[in-house]
Amino acid sequence: MYVPDFDYYVPDTLDEACGLLASLGSDAKVLAGGTDVLSKMKNELIAPKALVSLKNIKGIEGITYVPGKGVVIGTRATHNDLVNSDLLQKRYPSISNAAHSLANNQIRNRGTVGGNLVNALPSADLPPILIALDAHVTLVGRYGNRIIPLEEFFVGPSRSAIEPDEILTEIVIPDQATTGSSYFKFGLRRSGALAVVGVAAAVVATGTHVDRARIVLGAVGPVPMRAKKAEQLLEGNVATEAALEEAGRAAAAECRPISDIRGSEEYRRDMVRVFTKRALRKALHLERTPELAKTEGGNGDGTH
Amino acid sequence: MERIEDKHGVKRYLIQITVNGDDRTLLVKANMLLVNVLRDRLDLTGTKKGCELGNCGSCSALLDGKPVNSCLVLAVEADGHEITTIEGVAQSDELDRLQDSFVENAAIQCGYCTPGMILSAKALLTRNPHPTEHEVRQAIAGNLCRCTGYVNIVKAVLAAANRPENEIRGVA
Repeated sequence: MYVPDFDYYVPDTLDEACGLLASLGSDAKVLAGGTDVLSKMKNELIAPKALVSLKNIKGIEGITYVPGKGVVIGTRATHNDLVNSDLLQKRYPSISNAAHSLANNQIRNRGTVGGNLVNALPSADLPPILIALDAHVTLVGRYGNRIIPLEEFFVGPSRSAIEPDEILTEIVIPDQATTGSSYFKFGLRRSGALAVVGVAAAVVATGTHVDRARIVLGAVGPVPMRAKKAEQLLEGNVATEAALEEAGRAAAAECRPISDIRGSEEYRRDMVRVFTKRALRKALHLERTPELAKTEGGNGDGTH
Repeated sequence: MERIEDKHGVKRYLIQITVNGDDRTLLVKANMLLVNVLRDRLDLTGTKKGCELGNCGSCSALLDGKPVNSCLVLAVEADGHEITTIEGVAQSDELDRLQDSFVENAAIQCGYCTPGMILSAKALLTRNPHPTEHEVRQAIAGNLCRCTGYVNIVKAVLAAANRPENEIRGVA
């Protein structure tokens, strides 16, 4: 398959890159890992006249802890950088798990976090867990920077709040009190499959008393969405089996799935119920019931 | 990376890549894919083309030691990097222990996926010399075998991992 011709730019600085994007207008696309942009160009879904490569721009690829700011993930970090990051493994293993559940090893070695977010697929695996952990993104443009919560970044399927002359440079997970977090994905295969349903949870709890809950659903709406009713049901209450079931049912009721080749609306809702419970249980470090232990090893949280 | 424009206005880039240990300098257009440079310019046809969309893994090559789909990497983006193809796995006429193990375990049927399988397995054993079966299956999950030979492929990778490092071919 053929990649149609384009003008190639390799700026050395962000300033230069934003200037190029501004002057090239909507005919230009940012090239990071290329796993998405190049396959779309081959399929003739997009035909940018210019690609602006981020490969020579320094300082946007690391995963670091910045005191007072939080964990900073550079836009050019690959999915396997997230998987292998000691910092994430220690602080937010759920992010490493979500990255590991995505595509296959070759794509994870090349595809970038920034690309995954800007691509804005409703089924993307990173947004739910990053939103559950209150992440925000920095968008750098020619006239300055914007910092927006990731929750507000997605505006529709394959549409985000980024302007054509802006570059998403980093994702920040602010310091927070956290008891635990998790991401559970249901895909049709264990590898190389888009999520049929993805559920992320992040909780702050005292024992089993839930002080704060974040539940974020992927692949069951036009954008990754918080299950706010389910969160409210849990906050201030004890996470009994009955309470988790109630939260699961609330999440199933408030999500907005479509029926497509990967699953019907009805099926997705029921899986939201099941996976919301599983995600909460794991985030709260609750024991699995024998019934759940049996299903372990099938689709799970990306650790398999 | 130098850009050269010909009299028709076509822009080409002078890239420098290291392929299987050899330094190569090539003049390529920006839309040239790494897989095409390897196959058509360097005659390294062990790297196969299958789906060409990053799903099948038959074009797998190691970029700085990590498996990538060379059908989704622009040659200009590989400038300055080190690439290993299947041709770079054997040392002169001595097969790598992984290749030996594929032969011994009948892990090859039509052979089309084999270069990618071996490169994915090679990268795995480099970073994790004694993987579990589960880790082997995950490492090759991006390499599709449509002859459904996975059982023997997994067996071959595990057998190679469990062989003593210094075992010489032909010695029991």
